[in-house]
Amino acid sequence: MSERQLSQEQQEFREFCQRWIEENKPDPHPIPLPQAAYEVTDPTHLTYLQDWQAKCYEAGLIACDLPKIYGGHEMTDCQAIASAEVRKADVPYFINWIGLGMAVPTLLECGSEEQKARFLPPIFSGEEIWCQGFSEPGAGSDLASLQTSAVKEGDQWVINGSKVWTSLGHFAQFMLLLARHDKTDKYGGITYFLADMNQPGVTVKPIHKMTGESGFNEVFLDNATVPDAWRVGNVGDGWKVAMATLTSERGAGVGVGAVATESPTITMAQVIELAKTTRRNGRTVWDDPVWRDRLVKLYERIEAAVQNSRRAKLKHLNGGAMRIPLQGKLVGSEVGQELHHTALGILGLKSALYVRDPHAANDGKWPLGYMNTYTGTISGGSSEIQRNILGERVLGLPKTK
Amino acid sequence: MSQPKDFGFDEDVQMLKESFARFLDEQKTIESLRPSIRGTEDPIHGADRPAFYDEKAWQQCIELGMHAVSIPEAQGGIGMGLVAATAIAEEIGRYAWASPLSNTLHATFVLNQADTANARALLEDMANGLRVALGIYGEEGSLLPDSTDVVADNHRLTGVSWYVQDAMKAQVLIVSAKTEQGVALYRVDLAQAGVTIHRDRIVDLTRDQAHVELVDAPASLLTAGGSECLEAAAPALATLMAADLAGAGEWQLQATSEYAKVRQQFDRPIGFFQAVKHPIVNMMIQVDEARSLVYNAAAAFDFDRDDAPRCAHLAKSSASDMGAFNARNSTQLHGGIGFTWEADVQIYHKRQIHSEFLFGDGTWHRTQLAELL
Repeated sequence: MSERQLSQEQQEFREFCQRWIEENKPDPHPIPLPQAAYEVTDPTHLTYLQDWQAKCYEAGLIACDLPKIYGGHEMTDCQAIASAEVRKADVPYFINWIGLGMAVPTLLECGSEEQKARFLPPIFSGEEIWCQGFSEPGAGSDLASLQTSAVKEGDQWVINGSKVWTSLGHFAQFMLLLARHDKTDKYGGITYFLADMNQPGVTVKPIHKMTGESGFNEVFLDNATVPDAWRVGNVGDGWKVAMATLTSERGAGVGVGAVATESPTITMAQVIELAKTTRRNGRTVWDDPVWRDRLVKLYERIEAAVQNSRRAKLKHLNGGAMRIPLQGKLVGSEVGQELHHTALGILGLKSALYVRDPHAANDGKWPLGYMNTYTGTISGGSSEIQRNILGERVLGLPKTK
Repeated sequence: MSQPKDFGFDEDVQMLKESFARFLDEQKTIESLRPSIRGTEDPIHGADRPAFYDEKAWQQCIELGMHAVSIPEAQGGIGMGLVAATAIAEEIGRYAWASPLSNTLHATFVLNQADTANARALLEDMANGLRVALGIYGEEGSLLPDSTDVVADNHRLTGVSWYVQDAMKAQVLIVSAKTEQGVALYRVDLAQAGVTIHRDRIVDLTRDQAHVELVDAPASLLTAGGSECLEAAAPALATLMAADLAGAGEWQLQATSEYAKVRQQFDRPIGFFQAVKHPIVNMMIQVDEARSLVYNAAAAFDFDRDDAPRCAHLAKSSASDMGAFNARNSTQLHGGIGFTWEADVQIYHKRQIHSEFLFGDGTWHRTQLAELL
């Protein structure tokens, strides 16, 4: 965004963000942080990251454009600026990414006034961490086949079943929960709840990924309870509300909190640098035209993603409101995976050296990062499901179901 | 200097693009092309194709001012930039329009870099409807701006200018020729002694092509700095061709998607099957990437010229690969019918693989781009 298109408020706010981040950037934690917020398991990391998020929130970098009653700062069109400045700066990520990225947009769109006032402020401050209880062992891509049951008893619901792939489940106070109140109606039998994780009926068990890291969990719900007041939307509207959450998860929603992860543009620059500095067979990898072509093709696709998000905002050029946004997660995760695999190729035999090997490049960041890219291509609707959605919703092809 | 957020796509450009698209829609471009290719199917025994273009439509296009969109106002044009010309080129591609308009846009951006009285005079003639083509390649088709097989001697040209696009529709050729001081650009009248147009037999049905033989042909100098001029124009030419590819690529996407909704096999429209649905989505992903990079490249040329070469390489690299990809998938997913002469997808397929290589293919642009990274 160039300077001349900003209002005075935005211009001043951007300068404030830059100054504030510069002055308040936290010292690094003595134990290096994992690559992404969903891999955090060390409780001292949690405290460190919660402190950082709370400071950013107090300073006005989170919930910039929302009303005060929801804990917002009541500015105009400033969130995008804060998010961009946070992304640019070399600062820790926000630990409450599910809260900011999924709970907030879902509650803003579908929550009651009481729910918004109760739940939003501690999400922004990072005080209450959120997790997402959608997938089940038997319900992955076919999410609506979920079987966790919700039975109404008085003014509360009794929940039984299990959830899986629950990132941050080990730290979370609350869960965005999909459960079935009616076994006879696949889509209309689902209701959406906000569930308290700190109760006897909830057991959290860690799952280890192929990288060896943890961070996500299986969650067992054994006569857990949820007050009826924490139901989002009507009984039976769960699928519709879930779509609001998933739209945000897949990058098509309206962002309200800054989620800081390393941008693909930065990773690309690092991989080009890696190619220029890695020597093999008598020359640098960058000097090999075959490798260079592969790298420049990736550079082209990452630049295309930047220009796509620019075009997505232009009504007369975007080919429909959802056409480009619905591609974001799919293309971003696939290109990221290709990019990381290319980095392994540049390293050659050295790519086998993993975390804590003294000779590993970047302490094993590349093989670790490569394996973690499958989080992007599988979770939040796999690439196959994304292609179904694009074909059906954007191009109008017949539904696969 | 930085680009505007909206790629410089202001209301004027939007209106221009929409009215031009409406105009082309009325032309029924493919339907009117069909008679010209009838009877020419057989590559061995078939008749030669006439160099088809609809003269009445071209006159209407001139009345709309589309031919003069980027000719400076001082030379009688509209004086809009590459953003506007790119918007037009995208529609030419979408409608696979056979006309002298692509050449006119290309020649405009070459001449706009020349800044000489003769170049301005030629722009003025173009504003009055003169049809001009570019003769800037030698036989090997090298893309370097100083490659030509034509030699100039005292304003007379000898040699062959290769791969002249839509030569049969042109009246004047801009020829790059070697002089003692380097490569210069000349204006050559095609209807004169010493000029022979040898029609090439090409795959693309929507264009014609020729190599033009010059024997001591009289010419007037447009600029002595031919290499510099072509180098400065190169980002514009690549961007215009990338836009053409993007427009045609979107047509291929829509045509294939529509076909997949109506063609029934195994008791269902074939678009139900993921083996068909997913490649169509991949066509969309590629065309969207190309299109965004095209607008970015056009805006860079108009608003941030230093960044124009990088952005043009990105656009043409993406668009060339997309053109090939969408061509392949459009034919494959149409099945047997897509492989026939009667299918419209074959017309677009051939146009795309022609455009893929014109002004540089993906590999070449990536090689150039790597030098800038």
